[in-house]
Amino acid sequence: MAVSNDASDLKAGTGVQAAAGAKLSALFAGTMGPLIGLVLLCLALTLTTDTFLTVRNVLNVLDQITVLGIMAIGMTLVILIGGIDLSVGSVLALASMVMGFVAHPDYLNLGLPSGIAAALVVAGLCGLVSGLLVTVTKLPPFIATLAMMSVARGLGNMITDGSQIVGFPDWFTSLSITRHFGFLSVTVGLMIVLAIIFAIFLNYRATGRSLYAIGGSAEVARLSGIPVKSLTNWVYAICGVLAGLAGIVLAARLDSVQPSSGLGYELDTIAAVVIGGASLSGGVGSIGGTVIGVLIIGVLRNGLNLLGVSPFIQQVVIGVVIALAVATDTWRRRAQ
Amino acid sequence: MSPDPHHGESPHNGLFVSGLCKSYGPVQVLADASFEVRPGEVVALLGENGAGKSTVSNIIAGSTKPDAGTITWRGKPYSPASPAAAIDAGVGMIHQELKLLPDLSVAENVYVGRLPMRGGRIDRAAMNAQASAQLRRLGLDVSPERKVRTLRIAAQQQVEIAKALTLNAELLILDEPTAALGGEETELLFKQIRKLKVEGMSFIYISHRLDEIAAIADRVVVMRDGRIVARHERADVPVRAIVEQMVGRSVERMFPQLSPPGDQTLLEVENLSSPEKSFNKVSFSVRAGEILGIAGLIGAGRTELVRAIAGADPISSGSVRVAGKPVHLNGPAAAIKAGVVLVPEDRKAQGVVLDQTIGENLAFGNFDHVAPKGWVFPKAVRKFAEAGISRLGVKGKPNQAVSKLSGGNQQKVIIAKWVSRPPKVFILDEPTRGIDVGARAAIYDVIADLARSGMAVVVVSSDLEEVLGLSHRVLVLSRGRQRGILDRSEASNVAVMELATS
Repeated sequence: MAVSNDASDLKAGTGVQAAAGAKLSALFAGTMGPLIGLVLLCLALTLTTDTFLTVRNVLNVLDQITVLGIMAIGMTLVILIGGIDLSVGSVLALASMVMGFVAHPDYLNLGLPSGIAAALVVAGLCGLVSGLLVTVTKLPPFIATLAMMSVARGLGNMITDGSQIVGFPDWFTSLSITRHFGFLSVTVGLMIVLAIIFAIFLNYRATGRSLYAIGGSAEVARLSGIPVKSLTNWVYAICGVLAGLAGIVLAARLDSVQPSSGLGYELDTIAAVVIGGASLSGGVGSIGGTVIGVLIIGVLRNGLNLLGVSPFIQQVVIGVVIALAVATDTWRRRAQ
Repeated sequence: MSPDPHHGESPHNGLFVSGLCKSYGPVQVLADASFEVRPGEVVALLGENGAGKSTVSNIIAGSTKPDAGTITWRGKPYSPASPAAAIDAGVGMIHQELKLLPDLSVAENVYVGRLPMRGGRIDRAAMNAQASAQLRRLGLDVSPERKVRTLRIAAQQQVEIAKALTLNAELLILDEPTAALGGEETELLFKQIRKLKVEGMSFIYISHRLDEIAAIADRVVVMRDGRIVARHERADVPVRAIVEQMVGRSVERMFPQLSPPGDQTLLEVENLSSPEKSFNKVSFSVRAGEILGIAGLIGAGRTELVRAIAGADPISSGSVRVAGKPVHLNGPAAAIKAGVVLVPEDRKAQGVVLDQTIGENLAFGNFDHVAPKGWVFPKAVRKFAEAGISRLGVKGKPNQAVSKLSGGNQQKVIIAKWVSRPPKVFILDEPTRGIDVGARAAIYDVIADLARSGMAVVVVSSDLEEVLGLSHRVLVLSRGRQRGILDRSEASNVAVMELATS
């Protein structure tokens, strides 16, 4: 509760201040609670460990959250329109297997650029099929993407009959290792650029604003002349492409692809978006919030590791954080 | 009228409400409310939204606690701690939004929470038989095993009443029971109320439809701003007098003066039919500056017709031309582009995104104006919203959430969304449903202004007086068929109802 009180005080504060403050609060609208949670978490870890607030560790955290972060951007769009995508973990695996199959010398050997392109196309098609199942077949998003989750996982396994593909060119793996300007790997940079692009898209593009209308009420949006069906298809397709991109990033980090990767990632992704203040009933959420949600999960995992907490207890803690984040949000709404 | 022989001063065994007060923070929503309901009578509780009717009802039905005041019911002090306690004491409430479980059977709904058991299992035979008996008492001929979802709204409402009857309710509070009912269904409900009255049951009857009060109520209590401002011992009070008491000022004219329409025909509808035949071979035209009213009973196909013209629902045959050009009706976007806009029937579900601000709601549907190159800037949205707000006199600011506005202001936001385009054909479906009497006049003025500015306006309404008062001509539908188009001079209550029920 203390967190939510602070949040409303801060909000009132920025409201009084001038335009700069208003702009900042607009960018993080509805995310003050999670933001304060993140700051408190970082403060606590800085005080309890010697290693948390070191350049090396912070860069580590950023490396560790790239896969989750890229997927969470797509999931934000889906949740914003009142949908859900359970297939992102499987699509990640399928896309990375497609990349490996097309690019690797043991298989098609067509080079990495073609492999990456093929992976993104396949991932986008998976998303598009989910979207069409929702808009044309009228399946509930939960069921449509549950089906896609199984199909994509199966296809990923079929490509190599379940075995992994190891070994990619050095330039590819260095994308996630080499730190340009002393701190920025290409993959982290990619995540940051994507977050900025999609934040601008959601805040300042008519199409982005339309997603809020669809999530708020699809019927209102439709009667307002917003092409609800085609936007819904696009959103699922983009979510698929971003899951595929996350698969490529993961491949670069691991120097291998395997059909079992990304198991359970869909739930981490949904958790990050929800911790960031998005509503599962749609119409509420932002990229800023999602970035904070992703950081909270990343920092929490990292911090608990530094503190030597067992991975089992980590699962418990993350579960509690999800419940707390959404509960405080609900309390705050009711208080307003 | 009343079966109570001691009608008048002597105390009776009914409900006495005395000096009820209720405040939420600094806002007093109920101040010293006192009235009585005698056994076997119907008391109409009237007032604008926010007058305090629901607060009084909720206190009597046990879901709100008063700050001060007492209630006596059947000779004993009565202060229900919960709706369940009220039901135990014989007081039930039928809410406007029915509270039924759509996928359970009629009998299960009637007995939910207290299903008759035998030997650890539900005694379905007994349950169905008892439910049947109650339904027959109401004159309702449906199988107790039918799923509630498959019933019409009117029948669902009677399932709720049957439920209250099995709970031995002796006082029923009906909140806007006829809001979703057509003429015949309303008549059926009234018949049942009269029957139950004779059995000694009392009713508190809340309604916005003032014309039906004389038909059903014995007495009238009028509320305004949390106070009771008038008590009428008879129900045949002139509607205008009640309205004046409700709004606290004299109602000079409910309807604005209409200007004569222009010459150009803006909307031509020819032989339009829907795939489900909810309307069939409808043809009419509307000129610039003209208001065409569409009247008919519930289910006559009025809403379906205007939704189809606005591209919201598919058509099976026929054509629509706007300003002489045929419109390909394959979606709302195409209709909007052609200049046809719709203010839909269900404001909250179809008209506004409640969680969003006024500005955002105005921008949805106008991105081609607000964001010509696809870029939406907060400043542009605010400017656009301010223009719409001042043009329609919305009481609100661009960054205010629409959910915080009154119904009348929400409706103005929806009208403001379209007015700046400007459209050629403006369709309004039930423009004043659920809106305060006082705020309605403002909506009527807006509609007359739309016509005056040269648009062709189509108004659908279940409120006959509204259709007659607002329209240059009235098209009457009955069971999906066009029964006639009456000129303002020949359109009367009787003439329209004759066609509507034919």
